[in-house]
Amino acid sequence: MSDFFIAVFATLGAVFVLLASIGLVRMPDTYLRISVTTKAATLGIGLILISAAFYFKEASVTTRVMAIILFIILTAPVGAHLIGRASYFIGVKMWHKSVIDELEGKYKKVTHELMSDDENDTHKEPQNENSSKD
Amino acid sequence: MSLYDYLYYILLPVLSVAMVLLFVRFLLGPSIADRVIALDLLITTGIGIISIYSIITNQPTFLDIAMILALIAFLGTVAFSYYLEKRNKNE
Repeated sequence: MSDFFIAVFATLGAVFVLLASIGLVRMPDTYLRISVTTKAATLGIGLILISAAFYFKEASVTTRVMAIILFIILTAPVGAHLIGRASYFIGVKMWHKSVIDELEGKYKKVTHELMSDDENDTHKEPQNENSSKD
Repeated sequence: MSLYDYLYYILLPVLSVAMVLLFVRFLLGPSIADRVIALDLLITTGIGIISIYSIITNQPTFLDIAMILALIAFLGTVAFSYYLEKRNKNE
């Protein structure tokens, strides 16, 4: 019975990792590829690690597996956001069938800060003074 | 067919095919961001291969290496994106 659960979890995990790699090859755009790596690969690796925890059935191994899964779940979105932001700044083109680019013209080119609409019109001066005092 | 045979002859080849596909993207990748993503996913797939291998060889010590690889993958992505952005800012 335990072997059955191990086989099922490991198979699901391997299939998800394979689908993630196929998506990384087939997707037309850098940003779509980033979305593939964060979701499918995280789920697949989590399932494979859970099958390892089922196999060993020790508290130390289960704790280790939980730590790895928690770490991957915490860091995968952060890394994806960082590399997506960097690739937006270095000018990676979107897919030619992409409909909308909501960030267009909203980043300051020099400082790489995101500006809101309020900041554009009136309150620019006092906010700059506050930030310099801090 | 025992569990070990199933893991060894079916699941490890599936993960190896995934790694070959990722390496194709790593070599082709039009921009450097694609290469960074492919490297991140290569290391993540390596974690999966290590955990299946630790089941086959009955050695839970290998999971420590998987944890360190997860750390290195995150640090590599963060460092690459930081310096890519900084290079663009200076020029």
